[in-house]
Amino acid sequence: MARLMNLVLNVWRQKSPRDPGQFVRYEAKSINDHMSFLEMLDVVNEELAHKGEAPIAFDHDCREGICGACGMMINGVAHGPSAGTTACQLHMRTFKDGDEITIEPWRAAAFPVVRDLMVDRSAFDRSVQAGGYVSVRAGAAHEANSLPVRKSDSDEAFDAATCIGCGACVAACPNASAALFTAAKVSHLALLPQGAPERADRVRKMVAQMDAEGFGHCSSHKECEAVCPKGISISFIAKLNRELVSAMASAPNEIKSRQKS
Amino acid sequence: MTNSEVSTKASDPLLDSHAPSGPIEQRWSEHRFKSKLVNPSNRRKYKVIVVGSGLAGGAAAATFGELGYNVSCFCYQDSPRRAHSIAAQGGINAAKNYQNDGDSVYRLFYDTVKGGDFRARESNVYRLAELSVNIIDQCVAQGVPFAREYSGLLGNRSFGGAQVARTFYARGQTGQQLLLGAYQSLAKQIEAKTVKMHPRTEMLDLIVIDGVARGIVTRDLVTGKVAAHTADVVVLCSGGYGNVFYLSTNAKGCNTTATWRSHRKGALFANPCFTQIHPTCIPQSGDYQSKLTLMSESLRNDGRVWVPKNAADCTKDPKSIPEADRDYYLERLYPSFGNLVPRDIASRRAKDMCDEGRGVGPEVAGVRRGVYLDFSEAVKRLGRDAVAERYDNLFQMYERITGENPYEVPMRMYPAIHYTMGGLWVDYNLQSTITGLFVGGEANFSDHGANRLGASALMQGLADGYFVLPVTVANYLAGVKAGGVDESHPEVKRTVEEVEARIAKLLAIKGKRTPDSFHRELGALMWDYCGMSRTADGLRHALTKIPELREEFYKDLSIVGTGEELNQMLEKAGRVADFFELAELMCRDALEREESAGGHFREEHQTEDGEAKRNDDAFSYVAAWEFSGQPGSPKLHKEPLDFEYVHPSQRSYK
Repeated sequence: MARLMNLVLNVWRQKSPRDPGQFVRYEAKSINDHMSFLEMLDVVNEELAHKGEAPIAFDHDCREGICGACGMMINGVAHGPSAGTTACQLHMRTFKDGDEITIEPWRAAAFPVVRDLMVDRSAFDRSVQAGGYVSVRAGAAHEANSLPVRKSDSDEAFDAATCIGCGACVAACPNASAALFTAAKVSHLALLPQGAPERADRVRKMVAQMDAEGFGHCSSHKECEAVCPKGISISFIAKLNRELVSAMASAPNEIKSRQKS
Repeated sequence: MTNSEVSTKASDPLLDSHAPSGPIEQRWSEHRFKSKLVNPSNRRKYKVIVVGSGLAGGAAAATFGELGYNVSCFCYQDSPRRAHSIAAQGGINAAKNYQNDGDSVYRLFYDTVKGGDFRARESNVYRLAELSVNIIDQCVAQGVPFAREYSGLLGNRSFGGAQVARTFYARGQTGQQLLLGAYQSLAKQIEAKTVKMHPRTEMLDLIVIDGVARGIVTRDLVTGKVAAHTADVVVLCSGGYGNVFYLSTNAKGCNTTATWRSHRKGALFANPCFTQIHPTCIPQSGDYQSKLTLMSESLRNDGRVWVPKNAADCTKDPKSIPEADRDYYLERLYPSFGNLVPRDIASRRAKDMCDEGRGVGPEVAGVRRGVYLDFSEAVKRLGRDAVAERYDNLFQMYERITGENPYEVPMRMYPAIHYTMGGLWVDYNLQSTITGLFVGGEANFSDHGANRLGASALMQGLADGYFVLPVTVANYLAGVKAGGVDESHPEVKRTVEEVEARIAKLLAIKGKRTPDSFHRELGALMWDYCGMSRTADGLRHALTKIPELREEFYKDLSIVGTGEELNQMLEKAGRVADFFELAELMCRDALEREESAGGHFREEHQTEDGEAKRNDDAFSYVAAWEFSGQPGSPKLHKEPLDFEYVHPSQRSYK
């Protein structure tokens, strides 16, 4: 049977990127424990709208944990207390009656706040644009089975490729580093023969872009791995470093600094 | 029909499909050869707009970029990587015949025409089957990590009742991996500056000048700025309209605005009543429910579907209900197919059981909407480890959402809206009835007829985006002068003003109800009367209720905030306004189609065994609706369907 609970929310409200922003306290009453966290916010928003107050803005779309749109700090933890779970898949049964919950946007210089809990993650898109692809034109591909890929390599590439680009890794990192995000894409393509021709160039460009965007450096806190909803391992960061060193060794002067946009 | 005129001509001049004739195997290659080309040095002069960045839009924008056109791509999400194609789980079909199990392009074509219940165009479907093999090559070359065998070669599985294993998959995340492949190709073209990406930007209208699509009007979702973007061609890949039902497996933002606004500007809307229900979704748990989550239908391979025989047992602990008091209704009604009957049959039977009062789980709006999907027998037969190997990720997902462990307690399932086969009418070139407006992916109606087979949506989106549109759009552009219209044209200004006026109108209502409350009410109406099964009376009832509710919407809508800022309530209100008009057209189309076909089940038209009964003599056509100036009085046009290769037959699953 459904359990109902009353909660207190401290929500970060910020009208625009330049607005200083502040925490606002809300009461969320009669919350059903079968609701998802975002459905709880929907209920609060409907009430705010009825009172003529602006609803809390947050990004969300698929609500199945795969599109990567949602993401917020819930009691200081990216995506909240359940491991391997995006905010949209977090359910209220994780909380109990009377709980006080603090909800904030991702905090990172490279992710400026757009409004309330929404941030601008276009730095991730620019990092992929810098080289996170295989340059194959539509129609230029050869027969798919003409190039076998060792199953273990393919599986490991898949583990890296599951990244949903939500940004939790950056939000959780004390340095706001995007190392796990970048490592996941570099590793995914470096592990596959299809990614080999551009391998060295790709890692150089993606790391240069990551730096240009203002993400911090990795100092192995492992917070990223702990909050990643897809459980992507930080061993990929080791792989990223190895890829970078080997790319630099083969052509030491090839890292060009990149612009932010 | 009282207020809809019927065009009586056997072949409607508006609906020339331009489908080639001749041997079906050669139609696409001949058509491609006859298509005109644009000189590489001229391509950058042509501006191409692509709306949507999913499998169809992302692939099309990337490919136009590679070819050297000047491309602008728009999406409402904060990044093109988040388009809803990403949520597809199962896989993608391709006629590679890697398993040597008798598959071929022709068999995939045959299965798709038959699966669509003979309501699709043969030429289009054959082309889709033909291109399926190129798609796999393309995706693998991009680095899509499809499942592989120990040999290092690609793996396949059989999916959705197909007798051959032709489905390629990437764990349960095939859509995600394919979309990231397209997104990465798009990123490459953004870097190369052949594509300009406009995220968080929503198309609100189409600019049509002298009958030709010349651009779009958009709203910047962050600043609220309304702007015109002109182009030499507009390509819509904006997805389906399943969210008209409010609760569906679609992402929250999925909407019909791009397609509906184009319909209002002259693009005919085809077969809007063809919607697909997926039988295995997690049931609604309360009134606050915001969306439904699909669970792979592979679960039906080992799970047994049942409800209590006695309504009095519905609230009891399922484990306490003895075998003799359980009704394994699919096994009872369909002894040879049992729990593996097709999606539409499994869905309708589940609804019947719940409507009879034998549903289980929480009561929502007076009905328990759920049936058990029980793995206890499978655990006994195969052992818990073997069951875990097959389904553990799905079981975990189920437990995360419901808090119940499927190894201990039977899962609860209920059907949900999943995909829409209807969409804007397009010819063989994927061009709509507006010159210069092309439509790809789920947004068009073209390839799935009345019912889409599993693992075919991804195939169609990518076929359209990588391979069809680049040929057919080039053929169109080769015949037009680049840069034919600029933003100072009076019609461009007029369309911008129209959009601004629409926004102002919504903001000025200042009533009491939120967009969501109207959307929920509309969705419930549609689900009850235009959902899994439909009757003439029910549809007529909906056709009186929808305009009433729409009227209330325009009287009592409340939006907090302004149009000159990020305003998610305003975004929703605009989408709901368009859903209202589409909903009415869907009901009208469902009422007009006096037969049952695929996802469209009319209770009046069923066999003695309760199966869908087509009427090929009267309804072997595409119903394409023209907007007549006011919602509620559309004009019907018909494109007759000919079947030269696959002859219509009735299916049987007894």
